[in-house]
Amino acid sequence: MAESEPPKPKPRPIVRIGLFLISHSLLVSVVCITAGLLALLLLPVLAKNTYISENALMPGSASPMLSTVDVSVANTFVNEITSLNLKSTSTDIEIPKLIAQRVADLGGEVSYNKFHPLLNKFHPLNFFSSPNPAAVQENYSCSSFGVNTVGIIRAPRGDGKEAIVLVTPYNTVNITLGEALSLGIAYSVFSLLTRVTWLAKDIVWLAADSQHGEYASVAAWLRDYHTPVFGGLGKLNTEMCHERNNPYEWKKTLTTATEMSDDFQRAGTIAAALVIKVADNSEEFEKDALSIYAEASNGQMPNLDLINVVNYLAVHRQGLQVKVEKLWSLLDSTWLKSLGDLFETLGKVARSLNRQWNFGIPVAEYVDGTATLASSLYNQALGVPTGPHGAFRDYQVDAVTIEMSPKAFSKYNGRQNEVLLRGGRLIEGVILSVNNLLEKFHQSFFLYLLTSPSRFVSVGVYMIAFALLVAPLPMVAASLYSDANKRNPSFEKGKLTSFPAAADEPAISFRSWKWLHAAKVVFVVHLWGVILTLLPYCIYQIPNLSPTTSLLTWVLLSMISLLILHLVLGSPFSLVDVSQPQGNEWALLKSVMITATFTGLCLMSVINFATAEIGALLVVPMCLMAAPLRLDLRVKNSRACARAASNLLLVFIGFPLVAFLVLIGALQGFDSISAGEFWNWMESLWKWNSATYIYLSWLASFYYFTSDDRDMRGCRCGAENLFICFCKP
Amino acid sequence: MAHLRSIIVFFLLLFASNSIGKEEQDEEFSEELLLRPLPDRKVLAHFHFDTRVPPTDTYGHHHHLFPKAIYQLVHKFRVREMELSFTQGRWNYERWGGYDPISSSNAKPPGVELWAVFDVPHHQIDASWKNLTHALSGLFCASINFLESSTTYSAPEWAFRPVSGNLRYGTLPREAVCTENLTPWLKLLPCRDKAGISALMDRPSIYRGYYHSQRLHLTSSEFDSVSSNSGIVLEQTLTIVLQPSTMGTDVTYSSGPMSQPSWSLSSLFGRKLGGRCVLAKSSNVYVQLEQRLVSALTELCYKNERSVDESLSFEVSWSNPGFELSVSPDLVFKEVCNLNKESPSILYQYSMENYSYSKPFDLGFWWKSTVVWSCPEAPLHASRFLMGSGNERGAIAISLKPTVRGNSVQSADINEGCRLRVDVFQVVPWYVKVYYHTLQVYVEEHLQSGKDIIEKMHVSPSEDKVSPGLMEMTLRFPCGVRSAVITIEFDKGFLHIDEYPPDANQGFDIPSAVVSFPDNQASMHFVEDNSLNQTPLLSKLQERRTVLSYTEVLLVPLTTPDFSMPYNVITITCTVFALYFGSLLNVLRRRVGEEERLLKSKAAKKTDRLRLMLSKLFAKLRGKPWEPPPSSQSQPLYSSSSLISSKLIIKVLLVVALAVGWQYILNDT
Repeated sequence: MAESEPPKPKPRPIVRIGLFLISHSLLVSVVCITAGLLALLLLPVLAKNTYISENALMPGSASPMLSTVDVSVANTFVNEITSLNLKSTSTDIEIPKLIAQRVADLGGEVSYNKFHPLLNKFHPLNFFSSPNPAAVQENYSCSSFGVNTVGIIRAPRGDGKEAIVLVTPYNTVNITLGEALSLGIAYSVFSLLTRVTWLAKDIVWLAADSQHGEYASVAAWLRDYHTPVFGGLGKLNTEMCHERNNPYEWKKTLTTATEMSDDFQRAGTIAAALVIKVADNSEEFEKDALSIYAEASNGQMPNLDLINVVNYLAVHRQGLQVKVEKLWSLLDSTWLKSLGDLFETLGKVARSLNRQWNFGIPVAEYVDGTATLASSLYNQALGVPTGPHGAFRDYQVDAVTIEMSPKAFSKYNGRQNEVLLRGGRLIEGVILSVNNLLEKFHQSFFLYLLTSPSRFVSVGVYMIAFALLVAPLPMVAASLYSDANKRNPSFEKGKLTSFPAAADEPAISFRSWKWLHAAKVVFVVHLWGVILTLLPYCIYQIPNLSPTTSLLTWVLLSMISLLILHLVLGSPFSLVDVSQPQGNEWALLKSVMITATFTGLCLMSVINFATAEIGALLVVPMCLMAAPLRLDLRVKNSRACARAASNLLLVFIGFPLVAFLVLIGALQGFDSISAGEFWNWMESLWKWNSATYIYLSWLASFYYFTSDDRDMRGCRCGAENLFICFCKP
Repeated sequence: MAHLRSIIVFFLLLFASNSIGKEEQDEEFSEELLLRPLPDRKVLAHFHFDTRVPPTDTYGHHHHLFPKAIYQLVHKFRVREMELSFTQGRWNYERWGGYDPISSSNAKPPGVELWAVFDVPHHQIDASWKNLTHALSGLFCASINFLESSTTYSAPEWAFRPVSGNLRYGTLPREAVCTENLTPWLKLLPCRDKAGISALMDRPSIYRGYYHSQRLHLTSSEFDSVSSNSGIVLEQTLTIVLQPSTMGTDVTYSSGPMSQPSWSLSSLFGRKLGGRCVLAKSSNVYVQLEQRLVSALTELCYKNERSVDESLSFEVSWSNPGFELSVSPDLVFKEVCNLNKESPSILYQYSMENYSYSKPFDLGFWWKSTVVWSCPEAPLHASRFLMGSGNERGAIAISLKPTVRGNSVQSADINEGCRLRVDVFQVVPWYVKVYYHTLQVYVEEHLQSGKDIIEKMHVSPSEDKVSPGLMEMTLRFPCGVRSAVITIEFDKGFLHIDEYPPDANQGFDIPSAVVSFPDNQASMHFVEDNSLNQTPLLSKLQERRTVLSYTEVLLVPLTTPDFSMPYNVITITCTVFALYFGSLLNVLRRRVGEEERLLKSKAAKKTDRLRLMLSKLFAKLRGKPWEPPPSSQSQPLYSSSSLISSKLIIKVLLVVALAVGWQYILNDT
């Protein structure tokens, strides 16, 4: 350093750390990504045991009152239903009538709720708002309606401000034994609850007609619950469908004193909801099993306390084996087992050092936890509810689906009573707990991932993995930007460069705004992504398309739109000077893209963590590795070639279609793969207004870079995903 | 004991005869109980206690029956009329009736409802109300004093009661009702619950019911200058709906319509009635059969193929094919046929004069066959619910549906000009910010313009933290209306931290709306056998009362901060503030030129004592001889960096020490 030079003011330490990280961005990003992956794999180890946070719940503190007498009555009820199903052809009237009759006999209030299932039409403009029910009411054929049967018990001394909902979905046309049993469980609990004195909240039993889908019927009932409904069954008559829906036929069977009211019956604000199901296929377990499904739309979860109560009562009171969904294929993977081994030994070593460090868990538990976690992540990321409980979450009601799968179950081996008793007592206990609740569920976690029914990872832990994964992005972006500026000899702006500043003012101002061009490129590509998102709506309008042709049309149309954009707005790379192979434009472009990706990922992590996490896993390596393919090919040394090859591979794997197919193939075997499946999958996504759909389309938009000969590629943006959270308020 | 009692009775009678002889009014107390079987296998029990005192200017200040507390209350706050009710459970308008005098005056919203009319100048009303709430709060062991705050009470103009300038109205939907409220209420009775009909009030049995409403109604004409003032009338009623225990037969498991359970006083209350309160002027028990029950019974008689005159004569008999009363009534009242051309309602009267502890009264009501009937209902059934979801906005909807009775009426007389008048009175707390311009009225699915339906409307919008919103409406619906919905939108407001109740996470209550039908008056007219025999309950039943019904209480979930984690909030807020202000202050105070000068001067003289000591220390640690710091001019960068690193090391050490200390503390605890 020259003596004559005035001493430079030393930057603050935090700035120096930043500069240090930026200058070593490669090392930092490798370390961070490795740490992020490791943290993700460590999540099952870091999971905590669940605990009941809300004291008022007091699960299992009262002995169950549901007696064998109730159960035997319920059993005859089940037998009546099944015999009705066997002998009569018009069970769609008979079973609701039977249920209504029984509820009326018990002293409950009965009403029917006729609904038209909302056709899940994809409409891009309706994506962010729930469809207007008034507008949807028209154009129904008379065959496409269902009738929910609703029974309400008013709490004897309650003030009617709150209600608990029991849902039993069943197919009115062809009822299975499992569905009949779930109706029986609900009936036994309902009949018990008409007699108890401790009720503080009203009980609503919704026997949902699931012939148009379980979700649709529950969603329709909830929609009617929260809007004024005009006319009850009388409306059926006006629609010229005489053969099926004569309202008098519906009403005439009720011979009791309590005449059936025609109008929609409501109870107060819904505090919690339980969906009861009994599985038909009996898998072999050593015990009766209980599956809990909790994921609602866009990865929302019910309060952890609700799951805890169900889990506690099922395990400690009813002796059931509780399961949550897991990816079964992961259970046999050897690499997971060896990883588990590693963690176990590490845990042992740590414990030998300090007895308080007990974080090691057994291998089997680790593999199990990972499989559950993976399924939990997948379901949350998909944003499709795993059962009818999803409809409740849209109204901020905590709900879970409970599915009992009895061991070795068939009709005539006398196990029916036991299943009814256990299921009934479980439901009774849960209702008793929720009934104790003075406040709504707020005490426990809403953001969590389950690794087993009794272990969870809370938001504070799993965000670490995500933060580590995305941390390199801003650093790499900054380093790329500063490099690009540095490489230009005539440019100096606040960097620690030794070159004298010699550029004149206009040049500086021009160069400092140079990233705008890159931003424009990114923006144009995003615009293309928007078009890509809206295209399926047009394709949807064309009737009679097989999934594969639809997909092909989609791809074709997107190519055409790309071409049009190219022609109208000009090639985004038109300004790039090809004669300058070492030009820093690509670095600027990459830096802008990475910044956009980073913003998008961070926003998405707030909305739906699982989507962001999986997206980060796919995209971050791609973003970091991205380099112009042509440059690599031109250099023609082994390192560049390897980089180009790995880039191509990453892009190929990361493309949503391919990623989906690979995933399906890995999990189910490669025989059952067809491209049409992808279309079906996408269709299901937008039917559920899943945010993931838009996300995927954005992802796809960036593969535009791969099709370009300059091979700028990498990432996607999720900034627009900010709006997605409003699509299902 | 018996001697003493008879002597007391004798003296009382003497007093009574004296007062009658003197043609001067005296304090009067009467106790009555009305029992009525309900269609859904329950029994309504309505206790009615009536205490009267003649006006002060003729009678003086000394009372032997009238409770002093109430007398002082009336005089201190100049209360002209007041009603206080404590209610638990909901009145089921569909099954227990909504068109008879008892339901329209005794069906009350859950919790506490208080209204009062004062005889004071306009500007003193609020002050009187506040004092009254405090006095009542102390008197009845309830948190009625919460009604003191101006955000909880309102001044309805006409929709709640027809003529009222000085009325104040307030409700506490969340108030729990228990024996602690009943005991002070019983203290106002001359015999408390030691003797007479009130002795039936066995706490476990009356609180086991499906509906429990204790009411205190006060009218005073003390301050009227007009003649014919009747002094102060204190009317205390307790209305309960009980489920008679079904003996032996387990009804739950039988399918098909269930028969009515038989009941008796001892099975309902667990006690028998041991005579009257000796201080009571009249002490009666009534059993009421509703009109439709009577007509159902008449039909039953026809079915049993009796001759016509026999079946007609059943109406006064108490043992017939339908049911049997275990004790023969002293008197039978029959309602004068009303306009609806239904059978008359029947009232059996039992006088308690004839019973005593040695000969207790235990009325049994035995059903002989299954009878199905329904209760008279108000013309429209009102229900209220919330629309929408989320924490931002919502809407209140009041839905009106015709009841069975309404249908029959409309089939009887549908003419074009027939309009049904409905008054709606709704109080909305200020944190539910109602937009009154969004009021929409739907009739039969179609949106109607307001001026077609709304005849009169009075709105006083809520003022934040000062007063609740008040809406009074008079609506005119066509008589044949099949469904009508009134919706009004609101925004959910934010509350100040000290305005949240302790259990804020349950949500906030919107008190019941009152829907009344001024065109329909509920009253009964009995064939008057003896005009002297008119007891207070009977005259109450014959009073014309507007049919009204209360809607449900609504629960609005508001955005609620997580009070259980103040620590997180405090730390995060403090961190954010510290970062923000720190950096802002840094930027504002920084003078670049000055800093550079300072740096230069620092570089010039490097003889800071602390630094010298530190460098000595480090030299010692390194085991090297200490050399004075080199001149800054020659190697400025090097020296500064080494010093910074030493500082950094010290900081790191400090943090480590802190961490170790923290770990130990944690381990200890």
